Amino acid sequence: MNQKNNNVILEVNDLKMYFPVMRGLLRRKVADIKAVDGVSFNLKKDETLGLVGESGCGKTTIGRCILGLYRATAGNIIFEDKDIAKIPEKKLREIRREIALIFQDPYSSLDPRQNAGNIVGEPLKIHQMVMNRGEYKDRVEQLFRTVGLDPSMTDRFPHEFSGGQRQRIGVARALACDPSLIICDEPISALDVSIQAQIINLLEELQDGARELSYLFIAHDLSVVRHISDRVAVMYLGHIFEICKSRELYEKPLHPYTRALLSAIPIADPFVEETRERIILKGEVPSPLNPPSGCPFHPRCFMAVPECSESVPTLKEVSPGHEVACIRV
Amino acid sequence: MTELLKVNNLVTQFKTESGIVKAVNDVSYYLDEQEIIGLVGESGCGKSVSQLSVMQLINAPGEIAGGEVIFEGKDILKYSAHSPQMRAIRGARIAMIFQEPMTSLNPVLTIGQQLTEMLVLHLKMSAEAARKKAIELLGMVGIPAAEGRIDDYPHNFSGGMRQRVMIAMGLSCNPRILIADEPTTALDVTTQAQLLELMRDMVKHFRASLIIVTHNLGVVARYAKRIYIMYAGRIVESGTTKDIFSKPRHPYTIGLLKCIPRLDEEEGRKLVPIEGLPPNLINMPPTCAFLPRCSWKIDKCYKEPWPEITPVDGNHYTRCYVDTSDVKNEPKKQ
Repeated sequence: MNQKNNNVILEVNDLKMYFPVMRGLLRRKVADIKAVDGVSFNLKKDETLGLVGESGCGKTTIGRCILGLYRATAGNIIFEDKDIAKIPEKKLREIRREIALIFQDPYSSLDPRQNAGNIVGEPLKIHQMVMNRGEYKDRVEQLFRTVGLDPSMTDRFPHEFSGGQRQRIGVARALACDPSLIICDEPISALDVSIQAQIINLLEELQDGARELSYLFIAHDLSVVRHISDRVAVMYLGHIFEICKSRELYEKPLHPYTRALLSAIPIADPFVEETRERIILKGEVPSPLNPPSGCPFHPRCFMAVPECSESVPTLKEVSPGHEVACIRV
Repeated sequence: MTELLKVNNLVTQFKTESGIVKAVNDVSYYLDEQEIIGLVGESGCGKSVSQLSVMQLINAPGEIAGGEVIFEGKDILKYSAHSPQMRAIRGARIAMIFQEPMTSLNPVLTIGQQLTEMLVLHLKMSAEAARKKAIELLGMVGIPAAEGRIDDYPHNFSGGMRQRVMIAMGLSCNPRILIADEPTTALDVTTQAQLLELMRDMVKHFRASLIIVTHNLGVVARYAKRIYIMYAGRIVESGTTKDIFSKPRHPYTIGLLKCIPRLDEEEGRKLVPIEGLPPNLINMPPTCAFLPRCSWKIDKCYKEPWPEITPVDGNHYTRCYVDTSDVKNEPKKQ
């Protein structure tokens, strides 16, 4: 895992992100919310890694740590020989030219008072990517065409666009500085089904056409994640439970949580549904403020044994490229 | 099986400054006793408004402009929205569960107060008996230690728990029909699975019928016996779940099935998006609303008004001029 590999663009080692809980008159720290608690993974060049889990599992926090929006409590985030978790705040801007972000909600992530051209072009100005106005205009128009928008729309404001078009603007903005890594945080969950496919295909085409582009695709919808990703990491309560190739995920999921998650997702085919195995989990995701001892999943797990509450299982490679954190596997 | 609800040619429109929006345009469907049906469509297609119309919960500037809703042999649209007859049906005989459990519960009343309100009002129970019944209902929907939680406020409950409370509330007066409007969209997948199973079991237990309104084809594939697909205020295709999924006939249904990623799909499958956008419902042209996005269109589609809904075989209906089952008509790939 830790060996040096030229093919790896991002390496996350034992990342921890704790948020302090302050209480009382003196705002003393009384506890930590362990949003991300010891997560390791890597992302290769031109690869899409899906990060999937239910709300509150820490998937968005990981994305924000990688961008340096949160300063990690512990661990390393190695991107191009630099440790994002450790570099000074001032140097983060350089990193953010290389790593872009696409947000979930295309309605609130675009400034309503700026026109679409400015929204897409602003990163170009900030990072001084263009020399003069003509070059700026050309680049913005080119970005519009790349994401399938008419360049004549640069003067329009966000409210004049539909949800799908707004998300295209968000994608164009992310592409502006020609990043090598884009963090897609639930990029399609706010869109209608018939529009979702348009954005998924756009993201796939961009990757095929780009010189070098990796995605960290964060989403809760496992069918979408499986479709777009090369590998998938399944998260639960701040931990990664399973990482494997997306093909293996559906064919042979090993972790009991992955199996339950897969079976909870309905497939749009009544013939398949008739014969599918169902695992309905009991209870709800516990609070990260007070996580269960040992494996955080053991109170809801249908395979749990008493030992599960004793120690936190770590990721073990069970077959090439397939890692699982469970003592019962 | 006997027919419990029959909706005929329902029209609901909203008068806006820029024109009349026909949110529900000539919608007809039926529901048998103890049946689960699905109403599928994208946002703005009128699926929720059609259900709110059945309950007569449409506020100005909206109005139900035509059609009938036959429930247990009577046209309930003939009752005015505030009439005692309609009040006796709404919530008691036909109950509804809404999408957002966070906003559909009153934050300043306890769960117990909100649950017993309907029991006292509709079933004329005493406060004591209603409380007992409420605790029983909460236990049935899987709220642990219901006795201790009945005096809690909605904010003390998680999203999944609130939706359980909503299910208990919906079923409290033993309704004939439960309408679930996107019941699990705001929830996590594992919670979603728990709640859908619960809802199916509860409906069976109470011998009620269920209408699932959703945009998720997977949810209806698992639970519904029959499906209605809506687009731009109209039902464009209806049939048994198996017919709809194995031999979809309307181009919109065909497109929908091709554009969603499936968990069990083959590696490297390309999604085929439906190009364009759903139409603006103001001042719609008389031609088929799906025409601008349709890849099967023929000359006739431009000349004739929106086709009538016609049977394909048995209980399978579609609203299209093109015979999409014929490969000769298949659109050419770009």
